Amino acid sequence: MKAYLALEDGLFFEGEGFGAQGETFGEVVFNTSLTGYQEILTDPSYKGQIVAMTYPHIGNYGINAEDEESDRPWVEGFIVKELSPVVSNYRSAESLHDYLKRHGKIAIQGIDTRKLVKHLRDHGAKKGVLSTIDGDAKRLVEKAQKSSSIVGVDLIKEVTCKKSYSLDEALLKGFEWGSAPSKAKKKIIAIDCGIKRNILRKFNQHDFSVTVVPASASAAEILNHKPDGLFLSNGPGDPDAVPYVVETVRNLIGKVPIFGICFGHQMLGLALGGTTSKLKFGHRGGNHPVMDLKTQKIEITSQNHGFVVDLDSLDQSQVEITHVNLNDKTLEGMRHKKHPIFSVQYHPENSPGPHDSDYLFQRFREMIG
Amino acid sequence: MPKRTDLKKILIIGSGPIIIGQGCEFDYSGTQACKVLREEGYEVVLINSNPATIMTDPETAAHTYIEPLTIEYLEKIIEKERPDACLPTMGGQTGLNLAVTAYEKGVFKKYGVELIGAKYEAIKKAENREEFKQAMIKIGLDLPESSFAYSLEEAFQAAEKIGYPVIVRPSFTLGGSGSGICFNRDELAQTARKGLDYSLTHEILVEESVLGWKEYELEVMRDCKDNFVVICSIENVDAMGVHTGDSITVAPAQTLTDKEYQRMRDAARKVMSEVGVETGGSNVQFAVDPKTGRMVVIEMNPRVSRSSALASKATGFPIAKFAAKLAIGYSLDEIPNDITKYTPASFEPSIDYCVVKIPRFAFEKFEGVDSTLGTQMKSVGEAMAIGRTFKEALQKGFRSLETKRFGLGADGRDEVLGKTLRTREQYLDFIHTAPQNEELRRVLDKSLSIPKADRLFHVKYALLAGISVEQIYKLSHFDPWFLAQIKQIVDLEKEIIEASGDECKQTLILRKAKSYGFSDVQLAFLWGKKEAEIRNLRYQEKVEPVYKLVDTCAAEFKAYTPYFYSTYEEENEDIVSDRKKIVILGGGPNRIGQGIEFDYCCVHAAFALRELGFETIMVNSNPETVSTDYDTSDKLFFEPLTLEDVLAICRQEKPMGVIVQLGGQTPLNLARGLEENGVKVLGTSPHAIHLAEDRKEFKKLLEKIGLKQPENGTALDVEEGCKIAEKIGYPVVVRPSYVLGGRAMEIAYDEIFFRKYVSQAMEASDEHPVLIDKYLENAIEVDVDLIGDGKTYVVGAVMQHIEEAGIHSGDSASVIPPFSLKKEMIDEIIIKTKQIAKELKVIGLMNVQYAVQDDVIYCLEVNPRASRTAPFVSKTIGVPLAKLAAKVMAGMTLEELQFTEEVQVSYVAVKESVFPFVKFPGVDIILSPEMKSTGEVMGIDMDFPRAFYKSQDAALSHIPTEGKVFISVKRQDKERIIPIAKKFHELGFQIVATEGTAQSLVQQGIPAQSVKKLAEGRPNISDLIRNQEIKLVVNTPSGKGSVLDEAKIRSLAVSFNIPCITTINAAQAATIALDALKGGKGLEVKSIQEYHALLKQKPTSKIQTPNKHQLINHQT
Repeated sequence: MKAYLALEDGLFFEGEGFGAQGETFGEVVFNTSLTGYQEILTDPSYKGQIVAMTYPHIGNYGINAEDEESDRPWVEGFIVKELSPVVSNYRSAESLHDYLKRHGKIAIQGIDTRKLVKHLRDHGAKKGVLSTIDGDAKRLVEKAQKSSSIVGVDLIKEVTCKKSYSLDEALLKGFEWGSAPSKAKKKIIAIDCGIKRNILRKFNQHDFSVTVVPASASAAEILNHKPDGLFLSNGPGDPDAVPYVVETVRNLIGKVPIFGICFGHQMLGLALGGTTSKLKFGHRGGNHPVMDLKTQKIEITSQNHGFVVDLDSLDQSQVEITHVNLNDKTLEGMRHKKHPIFSVQYHPENSPGPHDSDYLFQRFREMIG
Repeated sequence: MPKRTDLKKILIIGSGPIIIGQGCEFDYSGTQACKVLREEGYEVVLINSNPATIMTDPETAAHTYIEPLTIEYLEKIIEKERPDACLPTMGGQTGLNLAVTAYEKGVFKKYGVELIGAKYEAIKKAENREEFKQAMIKIGLDLPESSFAYSLEEAFQAAEKIGYPVIVRPSFTLGGSGSGICFNRDELAQTARKGLDYSLTHEILVEESVLGWKEYELEVMRDCKDNFVVICSIENVDAMGVHTGDSITVAPAQTLTDKEYQRMRDAARKVMSEVGVETGGSNVQFAVDPKTGRMVVIEMNPRVSRSSALASKATGFPIAKFAAKLAIGYSLDEIPNDITKYTPASFEPSIDYCVVKIPRFAFEKFEGVDSTLGTQMKSVGEAMAIGRTFKEALQKGFRSLETKRFGLGADGRDEVLGKTLRTREQYLDFIHTAPQNEELRRVLDKSLSIPKADRLFHVKYALLAGISVEQIYKLSHFDPWFLAQIKQIVDLEKEIIEASGDECKQTLILRKAKSYGFSDVQLAFLWGKKEAEIRNLRYQEKVEPVYKLVDTCAAEFKAYTPYFYSTYEEENEDIVSDRKKIVILGGGPNRIGQGIEFDYCCVHAAFALRELGFETIMVNSNPETVSTDYDTSDKLFFEPLTLEDVLAICRQEKPMGVIVQLGGQTPLNLARGLEENGVKVLGTSPHAIHLAEDRKEFKKLLEKIGLKQPENGTALDVEEGCKIAEKIGYPVVVRPSYVLGGRAMEIAYDEIFFRKYVSQAMEASDEHPVLIDKYLENAIEVDVDLIGDGKTYVVGAVMQHIEEAGIHSGDSASVIPPFSLKKEMIDEIIIKTKQIAKELKVIGLMNVQYAVQDDVIYCLEVNPRASRTAPFVSKTIGVPLAKLAAKVMAGMTLEELQFTEEVQVSYVAVKESVFPFVKFPGVDIILSPEMKSTGEVMGIDMDFPRAFYKSQDAALSHIPTEGKVFISVKRQDKERIIPIAKKFHELGFQIVATEGTAQSLVQQGIPAQSVKKLAEGRPNISDLIRNQEIKLVVNTPSGKGSVLDEAKIRSLAVSFNIPCITTINAAQAATIALDALKGGKGLEVKSIQEYHALLKQKPTSKIQTPNKHQLINHQT
């Protein structure tokens, strides 16, 4: 089965389809992680995006039940150089092809992914279409052009939970990392903009009991839970498109300790009066160096974001810059100078990615007491 | 943190000669370290005994000591130079061990030298297995169950507790020397005894076997701020049980989920912190149970290693360079990533291709060797290949190996059931009948389960025979993922075969075949065409490779370093400049006969041509080398050195010319093909190369000059050969043409052996005729290196061999200047050499070998290319010959380069060879026309005895100054040994000999104790060796073969690390050296810069050998 990928600016590839058949649209982005495709597929932050993996051999270890970051894949489409013909791992339960097919996700292999990645790097992330039913380059490019952009679109409502829930789940046995001295449980609320399961597992490890609430929850509703702290989750798309979450956060500043990750960090940035903007092609991978400005130590971080809080938009009398990305010097972390509030742009829960940033969960725990 | 300013002078310890387990990767790392420290303003002191290295070039360090890597010399150097610090992590296990010894002997403390890069405690913790085990338990990491033993009895107890099979690993050795798998008590007894001997601390680990588990390695770095990064993950294709150095490996890891990978990363980080490697690179090895995922730590090396060189080349991240920066105080974030320029080194490389490393073996050189792979490393080199997929990289890797393979089979070289499938018909017939072939199945059942060098080919045959992936996995423990990849290659090959004779189908499948790594040679074989026809078909269909960048970041950032690999995809990233370009072809993987010497020459060419303003383009496939450092040339193509791959590069780059004469035989063999395809070969013309190689032409040439050659002839089959041998008269030398390292070269004393040797030579000769020469007994062999520009010819040096003619020049000790040749002879040799060069119109380097017998000069061979001795000569005379050669090839004259006269040295340099016998127990160690040494060392001093003595120390065959010497010589040597034995006696040695020899010595008034031969009961000579009562063995072989008593004695001496001299000449040299040392003062150290300064002082010193000792004159 042939498959085709077209970008809005005319770049066109012909490859071989796998997973489901049909046609799908999204912002085409790339991820440089060598491992962790399953976590990437199931990360709700990829809603609205067609993801290309830079590592050529994907699907080698199949799919298993434990490594899901949510209950389904969220990517709009998936691009690899070569799908593995077999799966080889003792935990594997299903092949990548079967999994994507089961979930109706279209994927393509056999294209010059490096050419695609270089194009995206040089020209920025692009709207694209992935199709197994239409092979006409011109028509597909037009379709890509006409497809909706993720800028200005509220994708959070697509991925947030319908009603609140609690999940007390430990880290996968045998794969625990980081340490947390056993303490009394503290109750926190997590605003779900597309929360990854490993964040909840990390909170569990650090003796939090978490109630996850929909992104539409108001400040009052949240305060009704009398939480010890508030967590702002990761999530997909444009932070400017969800003023209602920003509003909620703004109303909670100073009332409860807050910790934000990724999209949650952007919500906090906007709530603190900053602005956000779109990066040319974003940060997606597991190898970005981030410096903790206080300790001068470097963490190798897991990243997945296309937008960023503008470093110079923050009121530095209120907000302290705590972390920067050493590759492009963008903002990676901040803390409030008066209130117990801090956030990071990257993913200390990793999954996929290195485990260098566990201390942030601990810091939040210590902040609450 | 800024760099340290409290340090001014830093000592770097090199790794010494190339041996199995320690290849030229340490020249790469050491050179990088020297460069970094110099750039940072430190005064670098270097000790390394290996002259064939870039690091021992006089420009690399401020003070370069080409001295033996032993504590005695190290202390002298420290005493003289007074360095502030020592960086011990760049010189492999040798460097590390020497640093440990120096520390433990208090040398560093005495002179106030600080260890940087790795502290003593960290080295101990990582290297001492007991301490390492305790450290791992402390941080909660899992290890294979194990127990330490310091005696055989303890080893038995441990094995019984753990249960067989067990693995024995001695502490503090290199390349896994002395380790092995033991399935029973007998095997344990043998391996444990050896292991206890090899270990510097007489300690072995008896360990739970994790045979068949998946094996991984992480290359990691840590800085003084505890920043930690993984540079590369490596997965072994061969499961646990085969030494990593002997395994086919792939980067990155293929079959780990992110959870498993991150768990491994966490473990590596913990290991680094606990061991305490504060600044630098290390590697940590893991095994993973494929059934349960249980992960255990195997070991860690607190230094740069073979795999860190591989990781550097695989990712573009220069580990050694950055490790040196970390050692002087920088942190990772302070170092910019060379490749991306604007991002820091404190990140983890991501790659968007697949890298395969394949080890290169040399079993064919060692008769009777066990070629089964195990925990002791046996490979002599490696090739690396990069492709966008594993399949492409694997096939490129096989064609990079220089084993005449062009991919995973289907190249006319497949060997099945003892038969070589040379033709397409034979191959197709095999494929057709394989599924029904019961015998094949039986053989494969066995060959798949025994690790050997060609096991992946057997996987292919098994798949062709219809054996399932599951079954192959059960037998071989190759991960099913790798097997599935090979199955894809096999399946596509079937499709390719189906397209035979159908141009349309062939066109359709061509691109896919190329992207699976199929070479033109394979396609030609499968389609019954010529390689050139496939090439033309590709040109016609525009199926040509594109070049992609190795950029450390999977294209996330713009890369500035032009480091390329080929693949078959859409976008080509190689931007061709309009500068004048010269392509330099490297030598491929290290193997016996073609090693670091040629890489040294290629690197010099790159430097020289860059100086002249050319754009230099390097092509090579050896990840250990300096030539494949992206800094060395303007562009690096990490590609196989085959006609197809080189032509593709030339087609794109359109260079002014290609240099083929510096990379050894590999590129030289491509000369004609390149020329036929319109590529200009620079320097000496391919026609002249042919003249020198072709016997008939060569004969004419010598006749013209008036040079004798041993009587000779050429033969294309055995019978013809016999007639020629008969005519010439035995003994004769038999050898193939167009090979290097004396491959399949033998001396035959009678027809029986002649027949055997000649058929071996035919095999190695590959359709070229076999050469048969009269063997000149007891002749002096002389090597000459010359440089020419087509008009002017200058001899670099005349070298006299210590061993007589008939022993491969690469295995002989050789001396500059000659120590016993008459001046008239030397002058005559120089004149004749220049005449040959003039006839061949040599532009570049040339090497000629002569034998001198009874004052008659015979020319043995002419090699119109750089020789193995080029670096040794360059270091000795202080003139960079390879560099000059490159400039000459680019059009400069020697006059312009101001090198028109021979250099006369007032000191003596001895090159000695280093052998891998200790890795091949039971193999007879005698020297022959077939080269067996893996590396070389240089001893340099003001006179011959001292230089020779140093060369022996450097070659790790330290000549004892007292004790018992066992003498046993062949009949022909009985006379000549007498004065030598007498000398040993006068020097205070006790002589031990077998009955007959002892008697004859006593008759000559030399006291000698007689000892029983092996078959004469106990105690016999073997007991004396085992008890280490014998300190030196002098044994000249009367025959060859491991069945002989004398061979067993030699081999035993090697296993017990007792120096064993196998020629009369070498024995005599030893006595002369001992004599001089006894009478004179002790040994002193002097840097190569100091020696070269002597040349400048006396630019016109007379031609004269400086020492008065007439070593040998067996012509009288």
